[in-house]
Amino acid sequence: MTATRADAPPPPALRLHKRRGVELSLLVCAVLISVYGYIDVGLARNGAVPPDAAAYGAGLGLLALLAHLAVRLRAPYADPLLLPIAVLLNGLGLVLIYRLDLETPADRAAPAQLIWSTLGVALFIAVIIALIDHRALQGYAYVSVAAALLLLLTPIFFPAVNGAKIWIRVGGFSFQPGEFAKILLAVFFAAYLAANHNALAYTGRRVWRMQFPTGRVLGPVVAVWLLSVGVLVLERDLGTSLLFFGLFVILLYVATGRTGWVAVGLLLAGAGAFVVGGLEPHVNGRVEDWLHPFASIEAGQGPGQLAQSLFAFAAGGMLGTGLGLGDSILIGFAAKSDFILATAGEELGLAGLTAIFLLYALLVARGFSTGLALRDPFGRLLATGLASIPALQVFVIAGGVMGLIPLTGMAMPFLAQGGSSVVTNWIIVALLIRVSDSARAPEPRGAEPGAIVPVTEEVR
Amino acid sequence: MRHAAALCLLLLAALLVNAARVQVLDAPSLDKNPANRRTVMARYAEPRGDILVDGRPVTGSRDTGQQLRHERTYTEGPLYAPVTGHASQTYGTTLLESTEDPVLSGASPLLTLFPFWHDLSRTRAPGGDVVTTIREPLQRLAYDGLAGRRGAVAAIEPSSGRILALVSSPSYDPGLLSGTGSEVTGAWARLNAAPDKPMLNRAIRQTYPPGSTFKIVTAAAAMDAGIVTDVDAPTDAPEPYVLPGTRTVLPNEATGCDNASLAYAIRWSCNTVLAQLGVKVGLAGMLDAVARFGFNDGSLRIPTAVARSNFDTELTVDRLALSAIGQYDTTATPLQMAMVAAAVANGGEIAYPHLVERTTTSDGDPVTQHVRRTYQHAMRPPTALRLQQLMVDVVEGGSGSNAAIPGARIGGKTGTAQHGVGNVGTPYAWFIGWAQAEGSGRPAIAVAVVVEDASAKREDISGAGSAAPIARSVMEAALLDEARDEARHLAPRKGTVPSIRP
Repeated sequence: MTATRADAPPPPALRLHKRRGVELSLLVCAVLISVYGYIDVGLARNGAVPPDAAAYGAGLGLLALLAHLAVRLRAPYADPLLLPIAVLLNGLGLVLIYRLDLETPADRAAPAQLIWSTLGVALFIAVIIALIDHRALQGYAYVSVAAALLLLLTPIFFPAVNGAKIWIRVGGFSFQPGEFAKILLAVFFAAYLAANHNALAYTGRRVWRMQFPTGRVLGPVVAVWLLSVGVLVLERDLGTSLLFFGLFVILLYVATGRTGWVAVGLLLAGAGAFVVGGLEPHVNGRVEDWLHPFASIEAGQGPGQLAQSLFAFAAGGMLGTGLGLGDSILIGFAAKSDFILATAGEELGLAGLTAIFLLYALLVARGFSTGLALRDPFGRLLATGLASIPALQVFVIAGGVMGLIPLTGMAMPFLAQGGSSVVTNWIIVALLIRVSDSARAPEPRGAEPGAIVPVTEEVR
Repeated sequence: MRHAAALCLLLLAALLVNAARVQVLDAPSLDKNPANRRTVMARYAEPRGDILVDGRPVTGSRDTGQQLRHERTYTEGPLYAPVTGHASQTYGTTLLESTEDPVLSGASPLLTLFPFWHDLSRTRAPGGDVVTTIREPLQRLAYDGLAGRRGAVAAIEPSSGRILALVSSPSYDPGLLSGTGSEVTGAWARLNAAPDKPMLNRAIRQTYPPGSTFKIVTAAAAMDAGIVTDVDAPTDAPEPYVLPGTRTVLPNEATGCDNASLAYAIRWSCNTVLAQLGVKVGLAGMLDAVARFGFNDGSLRIPTAVARSNFDTELTVDRLALSAIGQYDTTATPLQMAMVAAAVANGGEIAYPHLVERTTTSDGDPVTQHVRRTYQHAMRPPTALRLQQLMVDVVEGGSGSNAAIPGARIGGKTGTAQHGVGNVGTPYAWFIGWAQAEGSGRPAIAVAVVVEDASAKREDISGAGSAAPIARSVMEAALLDEARDEARHLAPRKGTVPSIRP
């Protein structure tokens, strides 16, 4: 049976390399690029190197070094690209936020972002050290989903911020619990589907029963659909809803290989989005903005946010204006968070934007290849799910600010201002590193008897 | 799982294609969107170049730190407003601020050594400077002479075409329009609603009936056409003159015009003689002659556009007679009448009038330099020589005697222009003239003054009364200027410049 597996593990010779040296040198590059960007902003704006450039570089370097040491000691076979990409994106994000802070001296976001990044790296290290085997998470599937639901429902009892009820505010401190729910849901989906994919695949095979599926099979699909629509209606957060549903559909497809489920999922998502988009004014407005980004100009009210964002991208052109020399602050509200990509597009140009997209693509690709290399279905699904989160998120927000799809409030992973998002992304990378260590280690360390590795052959 | 990876690849491709669409394909149209503030922000990001008079900037820049960062300031706004115009964030640019905008704003490709450097580096050259031909003392004397009355002064150096003074009164401070906000819109509304139209550039953008000063043009036409060969010979003109085809009688303000010579008619401004000469020259001949002086030419740029001075192209004979003495539909800008005086002073040739001597980069390196060229040959040189004498006679023993300056050869012609329905408007007093220092090979200045004067009821006396003194002081200053230049040229040591007091 093993000989007929679709996904053979990589050749053993490759798996013996730890590649920690590669990771360290890439980390040095990532830190240097970030520090160079920081200095470049200072030179462009004030004609002088920012006085705290050395401190900034040392801080980022120290964080990277600590993370690297944790990986080197506790996950020595992990993929060497994941950590440097995360450090580079986080460093670039800090540079962009620092650069936008220069336009709004009264409202500085970079120091807080730096603190959140530190916290993110600390949690990254904690996950690497505390979680020895990712399969331990499989047992917490229902705890995860309960916690996720709790996190998602809490903000409903807090006042809406900018039209969306996704914030919890305690004193001057606020965070988005929905961000953490992503990871918990990915864990739950992976665990649930790893255990039940057989049943789902089995019923899906009988085409005549697909027309009247039993409640037991359809149950989870409908539950997740209701969950995402509920999020959409109660919290007016189209992006998170889209992300949850996309995540579930991808994992369902990967677990069962049935396109029928994808069709059902897309149909349900489409119906939900259509109904809510037509009824809910907040979501409906977003769709109108997307269809007619210049409507407010024609109405004589000046350019809207999306129009300003498109202007910023256009001003960047092929090569960009150079860091610190653009006018993306014209976007105004949310220029540092949801619209951070517009600053990257204007000041780094199409070239820089493509590089950033490719960094994300590389991160996602490493996640997927980790999934391919794993043998246990939970690990495969977990890696796929974790890699899909940034993939979907980048598409939803980048497509939104560039007018490809309706704009939904969502943070660009690592780049955007937002503490919850940065911390969450660091945890995602930590889990991916943990999983990839298992995938690349010479002996599967979770091979002790008793571990549940059900029907590996049928996983695609 | 491979399908999921393929899906992600598809999403990435969609993002990249869309990025290319927004940033490259659609970029030009997005950049040009009027709601996109980047173009206008870049325009005001650097201080604007300056406009120079006598080597000193009369403009400046104020850094506001606002979005449209640098605002225009003017050292003496009202004095130079007819030259500079305004450069406003809200209301755009006019006059030199408008025509020289590429240099002043730094957008001109001539400001850089390498043509595409600023396109590649996405920077803008610092704004260049505009060096004008205006002479500060002349401008100031003319402005003070008008003393807030409605009127204008235009002065030209006949040999070069350099515009030495361009004054409009009453004037305004263009600095009031710099920037954005309610003060600016308020000032704009107030200036536009003001009854005496302070933003109107009367020297080049307003035309007036030239009255008797136009007789110089008709006289030149008659001599060039061979109708008058001897200026001292009687012209057969009856007094009073009945306009051909009508029973309207054209009177004279002066006496002794019956059968007078052209010399007498110019000296005392006989309507009858010049009206009859205009009829004798004929419509075609008159149109030909006025066109050589610049009438009916709407394309004159100094580089600011100058309003078209008019002489009707279709006229009955009686109206031709009236048009020939600067009445009926004949109108002229003050600059046009200064060009008439300059043509006489310069031997018939009109050098192209211009306000900008050269433009430079912010470092003072030349960008453009005015090259002297001929605008028109208004009349044959012998005609110009005879007219010079006739105009000198006007000042030395005729209607323009209060323009005389001892030690210089002054030619002039007075005029009064009635206007309004039934001539009820306050009449405009005219004086055109030129001055040449004794022993100098060329005239120093040609000037035209028009001023609204309630006391200007009587022909000629009035023109001489309120307009001629202004012209005199401006001409005097020009002669002094010339003498000082010459002295500096002969004795370049400082401190030995002989002081010539008028």
